[in-house]
Amino acid sequence: MSATTTPPELTEPAGSSWTNTVTAPRRGGDRWFGLASHGAGVAVVALVTLVGVFLVSQAIPALSKNEANFLTSREWSVGGDNPRFGIMELLWTTTTASIIAMAIAVPIGVCVALFITEYAPQWLRRPAATLVDLLAAVPSIVYGLWGLIIFRPVVRPLEDWLSTRLGWLPLFAPTGITGGTIMFIGVVLAIMILPIVTAISREVFAQTPTTHKEGALALGATRWEMIRTAVLPFGKPGVISAAMLALGRALGETIAVTFIVSTLAAGSDWTWSMLSGGETFASRIANNAAEFDSPQKTGAFIAAGLVLFILTFVVNAVARVVIERRKAFTE
Amino acid sequence: MANRLKVEDVNIYYGAFKAVEGVTLTFEPRSVTAFIGPSGCGKSTVLRTLNRMHEVIPGGRVEGSITLAGQDLYAAEVDPVAVRRTVGMVFQRPNPFPTMTIFDNVVAGLRLNGLRNKSELADAAERSLRGANLWNEVKDRLNKPGAGLSGGQQQRLCIARAIAVEPHVLLMDEPCSALDPISTQAIEDLIEELKTDYMIVIVTHNLQQAARVSDQTAFFNLAATGQPGKLVEVGPTPRIFEHPVHESTEAYVSGRFG
Amino acid sequence: MSATSAAETTEATGTPLARLVAARRAAYRADVVTDDPPQLTRGSASRRLTDQVARVVMWASFGLAMVPLVWILGTVVARGYELLLASSWWTLSQRNINAADVGGGAVHAIQGTLIQAAVTAAISVPLGIFTAIHLVEYGRGRLARAVSFMVDILSGVPSIVAALFIYAVWVTTFGFQRIGFAVCLSLVLLMIPVVVRSTEEMLKLVPNGLREGSYALGVPKWITITRIVLPTAFSGIVTGVMLGLARVMGETAPLLILGPYTKSIATNLFDGYMPTLPTMINQDRTEIGLDSAMERMWATALTLILIVLALNLIGRWAARRSSVRR
Repeated sequence: MSATTTPPELTEPAGSSWTNTVTAPRRGGDRWFGLASHGAGVAVVALVTLVGVFLVSQAIPALSKNEANFLTSREWSVGGDNPRFGIMELLWTTTTASIIAMAIAVPIGVCVALFITEYAPQWLRRPAATLVDLLAAVPSIVYGLWGLIIFRPVVRPLEDWLSTRLGWLPLFAPTGITGGTIMFIGVVLAIMILPIVTAISREVFAQTPTTHKEGALALGATRWEMIRTAVLPFGKPGVISAAMLALGRALGETIAVTFIVSTLAAGSDWTWSMLSGGETFASRIANNAAEFDSPQKTGAFIAAGLVLFILTFVVNAVARVVIERRKAFTE
Repeated sequence: MANRLKVEDVNIYYGAFKAVEGVTLTFEPRSVTAFIGPSGCGKSTVLRTLNRMHEVIPGGRVEGSITLAGQDLYAAEVDPVAVRRTVGMVFQRPNPFPTMTIFDNVVAGLRLNGLRNKSELADAAERSLRGANLWNEVKDRLNKPGAGLSGGQQQRLCIARAIAVEPHVLLMDEPCSALDPISTQAIEDLIEELKTDYMIVIVTHNLQQAARVSDQTAFFNLAATGQPGKLVEVGPTPRIFEHPVHESTEAYVSGRFG
Repeated sequence: MSATSAAETTEATGTPLARLVAARRAAYRADVVTDDPPQLTRGSASRRLTDQVARVVMWASFGLAMVPLVWILGTVVARGYELLLASSWWTLSQRNINAADVGGGAVHAIQGTLIQAAVTAAISVPLGIFTAIHLVEYGRGRLARAVSFMVDILSGVPSIVAALFIYAVWVTTFGFQRIGFAVCLSLVLLMIPVVVRSTEEMLKLVPNGLREGSYALGVPKWITITRIVLPTAFSGIVTGVMLGLARVMGETAPLLILGPYTKSIATNLFDGYMPTLPTMINQDRTEIGLDSAMERMWATALTLILIVLALNLIGRWAARRSSVRR
């Protein structure tokens, strides 16, 4: 900044050194810039509100014509004068597959995060973290292909074994489905959400204050005991929110699931088996894009999409609340 | 006395960097040794080698011999976990486990050692808290979080936690530097009492504190920035403060530098 | 307080602590007594075992996590690399080539993917950065809270729902055609929250001292932001944009609904179908019996992975050069 020899101006610095380097006068620039950032904020709020209002307004007419119970019916015929559709099967498949994915990915993801922050030799930590992040960089359509063509034949014998050994349990009852079962979808989703769980857990574990870790070690804790006394209690809220964000992702995952699901024939019997097929919200919508030819049909799919949206919203909101709590706790 | 802690010809490294060079020292049981010296001269580094906490830092490495009662702390068959149980440590900043109650903090070390019996834990907690002069202040709120205490109380809680596992040696890394004068007084009184049972090694920047609490004083210094720190001289505290042999010790204790 | 002095003084004899000490002595074969030498070799066998088991579990988990990564990348590379070596892959389209034929290239799909990504970024990056500036530099009031909440909602919107929304507006309501630009709009919905959140995080990391130092020199706010705050956070913002772009490019759901495939080069966002890499994969996927289609599918997948990976690497590289760190 150049020094000016003129007496300082306390009002509009129109002739000051600033306007020599920047052409816009100060007041105008500030106002313009403030307006732009304000406008962007308003645009985002308006956009989301629009999405919500629009989806609801499209869903209502279709729902009011629906002759089946939207929440409990397993039927899905959305065209014609007597549409009958419900989300029971979609809800069951979506949540079951996502819960299986969580049950696999959360413990493994936490262990991988601990490996990266506490166990891996120093030189391996960064590369290991990058490798796990690479899993997140693989597009989901590739997971779909790999799951469908390569991974499926490997998992099938496992499922057969499960159904012969544990088939007396309703959850493992044999169903004759050979394509993607709910359980298989869960396993593929687990691989897809693993990097999310790992990345967030890793970040919170790495923030564990050194003094707490050293305090535990100085008491004569082994490394694992140090993790249990210092790292895990500190990171618990972070792990919970990581699990929730990952669950939100699993619930909404579309293309990989669409590739591997086995669509059940209309009117097939209800089963609790995880070895059965069935569509998720996302795959039902994606698989039937060709049907969006009338407002009524589109409205039915939008209604299903809304339920999915509410599900992921609730799950994400829980994650946020946990994160906020943790902030209040550490500050 | 059998249970001397002996440090002989010890060099300490952070990766390739030699932080401390050629330290030889002996600590007697039931005595207090103070480490003094300017910042960055390796006092805390030496302290952390005495319970093998130095090697927790990536690249941390120790050469030479450190023996407790004739056993090499760094021998292959020695378990660092057992060393740290035998040589307790109190840190510069009070570090009670934030998710635990006062009670859980005190007995954390005992629980790690497999003690589960409730009444025994309760007795041990009371004993350690009395030992740390904290019992009267916290006995009515043992189930409150340890983080709710004042800084001085937290530090005494950490001392209680350290003595609950009944170590031989207690290392203190500038335990009063984050505390107000009254809390500092409380800790100094406590050191005076603990001395009857433990060997204590304390790092301090406060020369008066070293003079007040210690029997033996070790002065560390470094020749120049980037050079390893060295033990300049060690001796009974009154001699170090009144008749230092080395010029730099004289300069430091008389407040002319550092 | 040591065990002997405790045991020797009558008050403590037989107390639980004395018994504890005795029990521990047996357990560790060590004396926790100042005058007896300490036992420093090996602690409790079960604790050591637990520690070892935990170590093995951690290593095994990492190994397990690497299996799908290696497997997927290995599969895609092994099955798809050959087509990528031919120069025609990068210069030709699939025009006039049947599913059963070999030959042709993917340039039409690569172009489509890049164009859509560029337009998506051109819309969502300024909007996202200004929104983040609003949140960090201006936002205190009600609007900022609303914006933050809405961004949270948006970041949870599944891609299929975003696609459905644009479909309902664009096609059902306005009766427009399914064109490239409609795809971009749905991708914008998915990209905005990524850009806002990452920019917001980076702006928050810029030390307040820099801002105050600038204000103290009499510099107006908007110049402080554009000349001091944004450059400091620049590489972090680039990272966020790159990762957001990588995510958006891999998205397939909106393309399935809004962007039908075509085999010819099509670069007009506002007229006609626009081919992209994901829809090209989806096209060949249906021809399961045909070796030519399968090979083309894996090659397309490899191309897509390479592009997404390149963006990720650029993002990481920018993050490493960042002047503010987490």
